[in-house]
Amino acid sequence: MSQIGSFALLLALALCAYSFLAGILALFNKVSGSERLGETARRAGIASFAVVFLAAVVLVVAAFQNDFSIAYIFHHSNRDLPAPYKFATLWSGQEGSLLFWALLLSAYGLVLRLRYKTDVRLFAHASVIIAAVQVFFLLLLNFAANPFGVMQGSLPPDGNGLNPLLQYPEMVIHPPMLYLGYVGFTVPFAFALAALIMRYPGEKWIQITRRWTMVTWGFLTCGVFLGAHWAYSVLGWGGYWGWDPVENASLMPWLTGTAFLHSVMMQEKRGMLKTWNMWLIFSTFMLSIFGTFLTRSGVVSSVHAFAQSSIGDWFVAFLAIIFATCLFFYVKNRSHLRTEHKLESLISRESSFLFNNLLLLVACFTVLWGTLFPVLSEWVQGTKVTVGPPFFNRVNVPVALLLLLLTAVGPLLAWRRTSVESLKRNFLWPAIGALATGLLLVALGMRPWKDVSYFYSLMTIMLSALVALTVISEFVRGGRVIGHHTGQNLFASMVQLAHRNTRRYGGYIVHFGVIVIMIGFAGAVFNQDKEQEMGFGDKMTIGAYTLVCQSYTQDDNPNYGSEWAVMNVFKGGKQIATLNPERRFYKASQQTSTMVANRSTPQEDLYVVYEGQNLDTGRPIIKVHLNPLVMWIWIGVWIIIAGTVIALIPNSVPVRVPAPARMRAEPVGAGD
Amino acid sequence: MRVEDKLLRNSRSLSSRAKRGICSAWSSNKTADSSSLALLGMTSVLLKRCAQLILLTLAVFTLLGAGDESARVHDLGHRMMCVCGCNQILLECNHVGCAYSDRMRAELIAAVDRGDNDDLTLQSFVQKYGTTVMAAPTKSGFNRVAWIMPYLVLVLGLAMVTLIVRAWRSRPLVLPAGAVAAVHGAELEHFRDQARKDTEV
Repeated sequence: MSQIGSFALLLALALCAYSFLAGILALFNKVSGSERLGETARRAGIASFAVVFLAAVVLVVAAFQNDFSIAYIFHHSNRDLPAPYKFATLWSGQEGSLLFWALLLSAYGLVLRLRYKTDVRLFAHASVIIAAVQVFFLLLLNFAANPFGVMQGSLPPDGNGLNPLLQYPEMVIHPPMLYLGYVGFTVPFAFALAALIMRYPGEKWIQITRRWTMVTWGFLTCGVFLGAHWAYSVLGWGGYWGWDPVENASLMPWLTGTAFLHSVMMQEKRGMLKTWNMWLIFSTFMLSIFGTFLTRSGVVSSVHAFAQSSIGDWFVAFLAIIFATCLFFYVKNRSHLRTEHKLESLISRESSFLFNNLLLLVACFTVLWGTLFPVLSEWVQGTKVTVGPPFFNRVNVPVALLLLLLTAVGPLLAWRRTSVESLKRNFLWPAIGALATGLLLVALGMRPWKDVSYFYSLMTIMLSALVALTVISEFVRGGRVIGHHTGQNLFASMVQLAHRNTRRYGGYIVHFGVIVIMIGFAGAVFNQDKEQEMGFGDKMTIGAYTLVCQSYTQDDNPNYGSEWAVMNVFKGGKQIATLNPERRFYKASQQTSTMVANRSTPQEDLYVVYEGQNLDTGRPIIKVHLNPLVMWIWIGVWIIIAGTVIALIPNSVPVRVPAPARMRAEPVGAGD
Repeated sequence: MRVEDKLLRNSRSLSSRAKRGICSAWSSNKTADSSSLALLGMTSVLLKRCAQLILLTLAVFTLLGAGDESARVHDLGHRMMCVCGCNQILLECNHVGCAYSDRMRAELIAAVDRGDNDDLTLQSFVQKYGTTVMAAPTKSGFNRVAWIMPYLVLVLGLAMVTLIVRAWRSRPLVLPAGAVAAVHGAELEHFRDQARKDTEV
């Protein structure tokens, strides 16, 4: 089995190396037969997918067959591991996750190479760049982190098992989503570099890559928030984001990718920010690689670093090569990236994108700086320092608030120039609504002067209301005009409006999702928690809830032994739920893990953790968190996904107006 | 009570100083005849009063939570990390049997009960557990760089964006002012296409 896998990886390396070299020769050697050579390069790239896929299948089959002769399977699986987690073994360790990287990359490469007729030359260049990235990962897999390495000596009867923290349903989908995001940025990077190398005329390459970028961004968003949900559900500390280096690694490309999705519109519409966009997508790709480096090298300590080794040097070398290549072609062809238009007014969509990009990049820099500062500090002053949540929150929360403000104002600004009158007209009612929201919250007991975190929380909710009202007003205004022409009701008109310009209105829906998430974050300031030793019949009160310990129960299965509490939850004297916080002991790995019991409502989460037993008294310890508005975060993510999907749908044909109605201009907001 | 006394004293001294400010502005008004001087005087009074208001607000904010011990434990406990290697904030470490967090929490509560101030409490933890116990870099020495850099980047970025905007705005137009160029055929289509793009997102 291991020999098939190893051979497949070696063959994949040969195919990708051929695809890269033959592709370069075909592109830069204007001799007869170069077209045929280019075609063989493309086909070799396609074949590499089949071979890498075979290697991945071999590894998964080995996990299902408990083939502990393969060291990777021995270290990351065991006989009694449930089937979904055996499948997840593929990305549970270092070597497997690198194979998964290579698999996804070859899958993206496959789609790209199959769609080459869109623009043969541009796609050929992009294919060569993707082949180069594939070669790097396959070199790693063949020579530094081979997943098919065999065990020495006698075969062990059982494996070490999967890390208990990874034995959670979301772990079956979180890494693939995150990796689809990380790896996916290779495609827009390849197109951008290809366009730069070719001095590609016009902005067609951006239109070609727009969908790739949005899909990739969507996957990365899902991956980041699935990770947050996993941390919330498994780690048992009551939070979802701890500014851990691995979390930061996934956030950085997301921030630059978000900046790119905005600023790329300036290039499409106005031929501006060409150099900026080029470097933004280069940076996003490099940050994806850097994120993988952070999680794999062990250069910073992290609770998520499930696999660490010495392959960091490979990544550093690869990053250096990517940077040097990008810089070389930029210096060589920078004259091609001249801006075509001038900025006509400070109050315009263009300038709002500039400030949006600035804030997103400052946030990204802060995350990068905070993540690496411990290493820098150790290097400079010989002592390591911790850069944790207080630093990131203090610096990034004001930046996020400014971004929220821009999210409200930006869509109301027109391209080129917006009159102050128009801005006032569109902004007045949303601003009054936001102010009223703030006053209402103060009247309800929110005290922004109590602490700066309360102030931030109030500002977040007020600005979120501002964004929501501007988005709603855009939909309603456009919907009304369509309704007037077609006689449809407002909702149907708004659906039609969104269908006529899916990118714009899908984007608004994404903005709406973002503010729902921000409201969820704002709730954290009201978090409460309580810890107590609880025997049978003991009570604990937190907020409006009273928890009564009914009993403790044990169970055992081949994979783990478990112990859980039966907690009856009362509110207003009535029993509303029974929760079962659980603690598991995984036999193969000899490690414990918590399974949080969470009663989630839009108002608040009642989050109960069975922490184990007091070592002195032997009594069980229960910790309860009351976390307001957390459900809003997960709802917001669904809204973002919906908005992204809508933005990917092609626009419908212009609406047909019934004969008697007079044709009027299409409804446009100030943002048009 | 002590906190209230402090607040009262502070507000009294601030208000008396405010009165003095108004009086001095008033007297300068009487001696100066020109209206510009009067306007200047009024502006300075307004500025002083604003500054005093800000000071008073800051004093209230600073002293409001001074006596609340559980709030101090909560605040200090969230400014430190558990040093067991779990990478969690001290008050959020949920490892049962953790060799550090229970002991550290007990030490924190004891320090607050003793009446040690924040700096002394944090310093004693740093001495005992090392610099990594602090959840964020201190604002002294090289660690100050950690705090300065993001703001510096923001300021430099703002300056850069401002420069870019100014440079773009001052870029000359292709056509001379007043010239009206007739456009036809493909060129007209190009402009129409541009107009369509400009009015879409």
